[in-house]
Amino acid sequence: MIYDAIIIGAGMSGLAAGIRLAYFDKKVCILEKHSRVGGLNSFYTFNGYKLDVGLHAVTNYVPKGIKSAPLPKLLRQLRLRIEDFDLYQQKMSAVRFPDKCLRFTNDFNFFVQEIAENFPSQTDNFQQLLKKIFAYDELSLTAKPVSARKVVSSYLSDPLLIEMIFCPLMYYGSARENDVEFAQFVIMFKSILCEGFARPQVGVRKIIEALVGKYRECGGELRINSGVKTIRIIDNKVKSVLLENGEELIGEKIISSAGYLETMQLLSGLDPSKVKTREGQLSFMEFILILDTEPTKKGYDTTITFYNNSNEFVYQKPVGLADISSGVICCPNNFLFDKPLPEGIIRITNMANFELWDGLDEEDYRIQKTECLEATLKEVAKIIPDFRSSIKAVDIFTPKTIHKYTGHLNGAPYGAPDKIKDGRTHLDNLFICGTDQGFLGIVGAMLSGISMANLHVLMG
Amino acid sequence: MTREDIRSTILEVIADIVPDEDLSALTGDVRIRDQIELDSMDFLDIIMELRKRYGVEVPEDDYMELATLDGSVNYLEPRMKEI
Repeated sequence: MIYDAIIIGAGMSGLAAGIRLAYFDKKVCILEKHSRVGGLNSFYTFNGYKLDVGLHAVTNYVPKGIKSAPLPKLLRQLRLRIEDFDLYQQKMSAVRFPDKCLRFTNDFNFFVQEIAENFPSQTDNFQQLLKKIFAYDELSLTAKPVSARKVVSSYLSDPLLIEMIFCPLMYYGSARENDVEFAQFVIMFKSILCEGFARPQVGVRKIIEALVGKYRECGGELRINSGVKTIRIIDNKVKSVLLENGEELIGEKIISSAGYLETMQLLSGLDPSKVKTREGQLSFMEFILILDTEPTKKGYDTTITFYNNSNEFVYQKPVGLADISSGVICCPNNFLFDKPLPEGIIRITNMANFELWDGLDEEDYRIQKTECLEATLKEVAKIIPDFRSSIKAVDIFTPKTIHKYTGHLNGAPYGAPDKIKDGRTHLDNLFICGTDQGFLGIVGAMLSGISMANLHVLMG
Repeated sequence: MTREDIRSTILEVIADIVPDEDLSALTGDVRIRDQIELDSMDFLDIIMELRKRYGVEVPEDDYMELATLDGSVNYLEPRMKEI
């Protein structure tokens, strides 16, 4: 059996690529090394609580009827309906700095108004920046990379406003320290601020189930517990994929969502001079807190709060284990659901240092997790209502956990800082999709899989 | 297939790809993309669906032939008359 395509990784991008290929009658097999699909955005059960990992919210939410935005675009491509994702909109989110707070909803005009009220001197500059953003083709596969900081600061002159705009956008997708490539900035700006947040009632599993269901319905083959050991190369082409269990699969084309460097490391007889990318350095830790009450009962009604406790936002690998001076507080309860979630949940995400966590012995690892938890809770209590007395269970993951479950080098969920937009590698029939291709967020991830499948298999 | 069959087949394919669009007023000699919201990914899907459903191959160099409804019928007629 020779597959038309073998896809490495059953995350959002791999599944989306798989649906496209299987729908158009390609023989396709998705290989997932874990027992569960989803990759960076997955779900698990902890002490009986059903929890999400990765995804805080689906970005790019637009109401039914709008056709030209990324979400409806990808639904059309996957032959899915918006109802299949069961999305409910956010209430309101906020970027909180010591002196200012910018709130945003899924109505972009509200955010424009917030800017006008908080930064009146920047109103016209912001309009000019919007013109630039809306005229930019962020999905171009050939555009030259430019620094977003450079572009944005040529329009806005108040450094605080610049920092406050970069904060949420960096947190939700930048693989690059302290800056982001402008096309990616535009993708994130539109997906978070112009469009907005939503969440399925039951969390990310709804989306993953919809994708897997569609893929299977189209006749695609999905193998879990099937890690790739080696990608065998002959004459500048992938000849076959050798699995950890010893099985060998042959495919005409290979699409890997494992990350660029991670995929290169699987190649047999790799020529190191062919590998040109830097490793990603940004990793995170997350505290998942189960509360004995709904967060609204504690007076907390915000969906997602991005906080920073000084006027300068630093987005880089922390020198210590974690950097609690900024972070993201996500409350899955605070979406406009029809019925309340079974538990009150707060998730806090902070930047963290992979090497330091990786270097700890088992006991220190446990102790440090608890110490970081206490420190971050203390910090967060300055920003949102103090809910420490309501916590009934806590789960914590570190960069080490991300590395273990996603295979991403340095536990960097956003991958390498330099993206490969056309997905090509030095090998004729090996392509990259997902994180290192560079469309961000989960909608971006799915679009990445779709674009690469279209470009390299269906058209190529 | 007759020309009429081919025309309704193309409309059927487009309706499946963009179910929310009203196709009843489509004019045959004006670019389809100028009349309804259809991006390049959707356009590719028309070609892919024709291949999936009827085994018709449209090489990339000929994509422009399918820009209008009349053009599509003319282009597909010799390729679909035996179906």
